[in-house]
Amino acid sequence: MEIKRIMPPLTDEVVESLRAGDRVLISGIIYSARDLAHKRLVEAIEKGEKLPFELKGAIIYYVGPAPAKPGYPIGPAGPTTSGRMDPYTPILLAHGLKGMIGKGNRSEEVKKAMMKYKGVYFGAVGGVAALTMKKIKQVKIIAYEDLGPEAISELVVEDFSVIVINDIYGNDLYELGVKKYAKI
Amino acid sequence: MREINVKEITEKVAQLCIEANCLLGEDVKKRVKEAIEKEESPLGKEVLKQILENAEIARNEMVPICQDTGLAVVFLEMGEEVKVVGGNIYEAINEGVRKGYIEGYLRKSVVSDPFRRKNTNDNTPAIIHCSITKGDKIKITVMPKGGGSENMSEVKMLTPAFGVEGVKDYVVKRVKESGANPCPPIVVGVGIGGTFEYAAILAKKALLREIGSIHPDPFYAEMEKDLLERINNLGIGPQGFGGRITCLAVFIEVFPCHIASLPVAVNINCHAVRHKSIII
Repeated sequence: MEIKRIMPPLTDEVVESLRAGDRVLISGIIYSARDLAHKRLVEAIEKGEKLPFELKGAIIYYVGPAPAKPGYPIGPAGPTTSGRMDPYTPILLAHGLKGMIGKGNRSEEVKKAMMKYKGVYFGAVGGVAALTMKKIKQVKIIAYEDLGPEAISELVVEDFSVIVINDIYGNDLYELGVKKYAKI
Repeated sequence: MREINVKEITEKVAQLCIEANCLLGEDVKKRVKEAIEKEESPLGKEVLKQILENAEIARNEMVPICQDTGLAVVFLEMGEEVKVVGGNIYEAINEGVRKGYIEGYLRKSVVSDPFRRKNTNDNTPAIIHCSITKGDKIKITVMPKGGGSENMSEVKMLTPAFGVEGVKDYVVKRVKESGANPCPPIVVGVGIGGTFEYAAILAKKALLREIGSIHPDPFYAEMEKDLLERINNLGIGPQGFGGRITCLAVFIEVFPCHIASLPVAVNINCHAVRHKSIII
């Protein structure tokens, strides 16, 4: 299988080149954010406040890692269920977010917003968090430290392996895959 | 009466928490290896290989298999000839969970109130299910349960007319609706009978069975086999990317129930059915 390599910040051109089902390796900086961090990001946008990181072209990883053992930059860090972030996602896409990494289905609103604002949703393999940990080289908490495992961190990743679930053309790997392999 | 000091219980629970989170069961590994051969989807095969690679890293470096190290579910089987000394056994178990989750670098995933949602920072309290058994031993099973798959679980009060086919349809529907969320390939625990709450405990207990084991009652063994086939025919596949292997095993536990009722609980688990037991 062909593997595509990308580096954030993502341009429209890169996002346009990705298709549901593509295997992709990400290298560079991505940001961790989950439930409560999303709530705060959206509140900041609504109040017109400056965000803790540049959203334009950014990739957010839905993750709440385990604590790092001594000598490790991070603990096991697999994706969490993305659907919980759906209510906050369209507004982030409208403000320049280009990529999201998580697991599980997205809402119709999020899928429409991905097509409208050219954003892509990647799936990381859930439950292989020790393997994922190895691809994260550096970690720096940049906001909301009080949220513990839910704080926003800047993660430097190398060959971080993901699959395109939703592209900007309306394709959904979860639907395509099931259609291909279902026996009824 | 045989005396057991709570200190021993605390130490053992701490150790079980760490081992259950870092060491993937050999039964799971064996079934995943077989699944790689059966899987037709290239992406699906890749996911299954990553699961095995992940288990090796976790074992060698003693880091958890998954960042969601769960809420600690503890099954406590107390022999009636045992006297616990030195303190309260529930407190001793919670102290063990605290120690295990802090010293093992496991994630603390418990909030103190469903609405105020403040992290307790030590993964307590554990969910403790206690039963009294014969003899002078205590059996403790620690089962860390992750949130993603637990959120896909459900209890349904069916009525007797639904019968076997109605129950099977319901279980398959629940798995289908869960899709990619519980990180397939999954293990499905089904509790049938009892009451509303007891069906859920049966479903959770069902997840403790060894993968590859066959139900002692041929009627339920057949039902498990049929459910596994129907679930794998859904095509959800590893991680929901499409494929043959959606489920590694289906386990059923049953109990007598009311003449008017047919309670069914479906407790979904990811591939890592984490549990470790010890007999003291």
